Amino acid sequence: MLMQLGLTRGLIYQAAGTVLGMVVTMVWRLLAGMDLWDQEVVFVVGGLVGGFAFMWGVGAIDDWLEWCRGKATPLVHGPPRDKPAWTRYFSTDYNHKVIGIQYSVTSLLMLMIGGSFALIFRAELAQADLQFLGMGMYNKLIGLHGWAVIAAILLGVGGMANYLVPLMIGAEDMAFPRLNAFAFWINIPGGLLLLASAFLGGFDAGWTAYPPLSTQGAVGYQFLFLAIYFVGLSSILGSLNLLVTILTMRPKGMDLFRIPIFCWAVLATSLIQLTATQAIGTAFLMGLSERALGMGFFDPEGGGNPILFQHIFWFYSHPAVYVFVLPGLGIISELLPVFSRKPLFGYRWIALSSLAIALVGFLVWGHHMFTSGYSPYLRVPFMVATLLVAVPTGVKFFSWVATMWGGRLRFPTPMLFTLGAISVFLLGGLTGPILATVASDLYLHDTYFVVGHFHATLFGGFVFPFCAAIYFWFPKITGRMYNEALGKLHFYIMTPAFWLMSIGQMTVGTMGMRRRIVDYDPTLGGGLVEARHLETTIAAFLIGLSILIMIYNLVTSAEIGVRAPANPWRSRSPEWQIPSPVPEHSYAAPLQVVGEPYDYGLEEEYVVMDESQAGHAQAH
Amino acid sequence: MSALAADAIEVYRTATRNNRMGMWLFFFSELFLFGGLLITRFALWVDEDGHIIRPELDQNVGLIVTVVLLASSYFMNRSEVAIANGRKRDFLVSLWITGFLGVVFLVGVVIFEWGLIHLPFIEHHIGPTDGVFGAVIFGMTGMHAIHVITGVAFIVVVWRNGKRDVYTEERHWGVEACAIYWHYVDLVWIFFYPAIYLIGHAVH
Repeated sequence: MLMQLGLTRGLIYQAAGTVLGMVVTMVWRLLAGMDLWDQEVVFVVGGLVGGFAFMWGVGAIDDWLEWCRGKATPLVHGPPRDKPAWTRYFSTDYNHKVIGIQYSVTSLLMLMIGGSFALIFRAELAQADLQFLGMGMYNKLIGLHGWAVIAAILLGVGGMANYLVPLMIGAEDMAFPRLNAFAFWINIPGGLLLLASAFLGGFDAGWTAYPPLSTQGAVGYQFLFLAIYFVGLSSILGSLNLLVTILTMRPKGMDLFRIPIFCWAVLATSLIQLTATQAIGTAFLMGLSERALGMGFFDPEGGGNPILFQHIFWFYSHPAVYVFVLPGLGIISELLPVFSRKPLFGYRWIALSSLAIALVGFLVWGHHMFTSGYSPYLRVPFMVATLLVAVPTGVKFFSWVATMWGGRLRFPTPMLFTLGAISVFLLGGLTGPILATVASDLYLHDTYFVVGHFHATLFGGFVFPFCAAIYFWFPKITGRMYNEALGKLHFYIMTPAFWLMSIGQMTVGTMGMRRRIVDYDPTLGGGLVEARHLETTIAAFLIGLSILIMIYNLVTSAEIGVRAPANPWRSRSPEWQIPSPVPEHSYAAPLQVVGEPYDYGLEEEYVVMDESQAGHAQAH
Repeated sequence: MSALAADAIEVYRTATRNNRMGMWLFFFSELFLFGGLLITRFALWVDEDGHIIRPELDQNVGLIVTVVLLASSYFMNRSEVAIANGRKRDFLVSLWITGFLGVVFLVGVVIFEWGLIHLPFIEHHIGPTDGVFGAVIFGMTGMHAIHVITGVAFIVVVWRNGKRDVYTEERHWGVEACAIYWHYVDLVWIFFYPAIYLIGHAVH
């Protein structure tokens, strides 16, 4: 049974491929008259070959290989014929709904792994002095926490986009189903390499991997670089797919300003992912080749420049923040009208503000480098550009408030998480300008204030909306309702705990606590720093507990939950007009747009199915 | 033409339209990879006064491989036009020449420019460990060479499929994808060649 799963085969192939790659490299080195063992080169080739072997084993490139042999490869849809239906979730499957769930579950898993790393070092930080974690281990854990959670967020974004976008625009599937499966599965070898780097000395200079530390550190950095290359490839191919899907596969009458607003958020996100991801790939590839082949991009001895790495790295890693939050903000805009029974305020402005955030986001990377020693005249333009981001973000906040204003609000769990997201994102947003301003950033740079700031933006922009989305579409995915009491319990533990944690982090930052430091001086902040750290640690564990409650709720409700009504939220969105769980071919007939997506309170529909064309959709 | 066949060609056209958009978005993405390498070159190859410099390379090798690659793009276009007009033999011959010229380009870069084989008539080689000159040359030409190798593999696949009559006048997306990919890789070199060989004053 286990061997029938693509995943098992992929893992075996990856292990074999890694060993094979290493052995071939060593033999080649021997024949070329070099030393047999060079850990940099041997592990890089091994990791690379292993990654591709996984994709071969899991079956994600089978159809392409057939195509190369000149054979016709009709797209096979539907559950596997000779295996139980659940196996499709562990094998290559081309249905976007399956892939969306694969993404989301992997995301939750990765989020919990990354979160556990954080809980370990939070426990260490609860008291001054070193307790149980050595300095090296602490440094490795912060780096792993960072990248594991970033990978989890990218997976979660992919999950929401893959499941929802084709359903929302009434498309049969994504534009390129095979590419979609490939883009998901490449994350698995990527994630494994990331976690495996811990066994090769890890990467202990923080998630940013700045040279010269990263070019001199343990060989674990090579696995980090490779892992991010794989995960980045997933971002690029997935976003390409989403862009083509949104741009070409809408039904007649659904022009770009009539798609559900979440699709606009995905459109803006995909533009960033498609382009900026190449920058981090370039930066990490240069780091990789500097280590493996001695190419001195960042080594000042031969004329190299370590600041160059920071420029290229942040050219991705700042826009990446908008990749993390824009879909979440789209979820907020998507859910508020449903639970306020009012039209979304300023649809066009919301749609274009996502695009504006994405485009301005390309011009702000330098605000991470105010203290790096680059030319001082660059500081002011980057500061101004960064402050400019507040304008389209403000548009969103204005619209959210105006949407709720005078509405008939209901407060089931998804709505609570939406409101929680707004409040937490506001905390993160308001601390942004403080860090964007050169004068204050010079004092706050690399302190815990920054840590508090970006945890608030990422929780407000991703974790809370992701939870809202999971609860909201849970009945759509499983056909059963989640447990409302447990959902509310999750919310009422996580939200206060998060506020406590984030404000605690910001407070110790203003007291002078630096980030990425295992120990601190207990006399900081008039001796209060230790108490703030203890609070923060307790809050972090409470967040962990609340996530466990959610997982328990989801797992049990999928089995024994009450059958969901056809449209439990009375949403106008197309995916709620069809049965839950969604059938294999989502829509029995092409959609026809007859109204506006968010006209809550009006009688007319947003979309109807064109019954005269029924059956036409499946013919393709 | 039967209704079913008309429907099938319509489906093929829709798919091709999507494929084409996907391909161009991929190129747009790759622009940031090659752009990042170009920025690296102009950021690192400067002297103390901020003047743009370049290493002294064998100009003959650079010029010859550039001409070879540009010529290959001409044959690629010929090949695509030929299959669109149903001239199968012409299509295959032109494609073969394209792939051959691609291999000549690779040999020129990898063996002559990189100096994997030491030849008496080429004076000195820069290795990957030779400071920023070596790093950038090997970074740029290496990344470009990976794309040329992929392109040659693509050409081999299309050539084999072409021999088996997979492509027709109406249905040859595979050939088109291969052709625009090849032109794209060629276009990148048009920016890389002056950046590596021509711009700035040469220093030893």
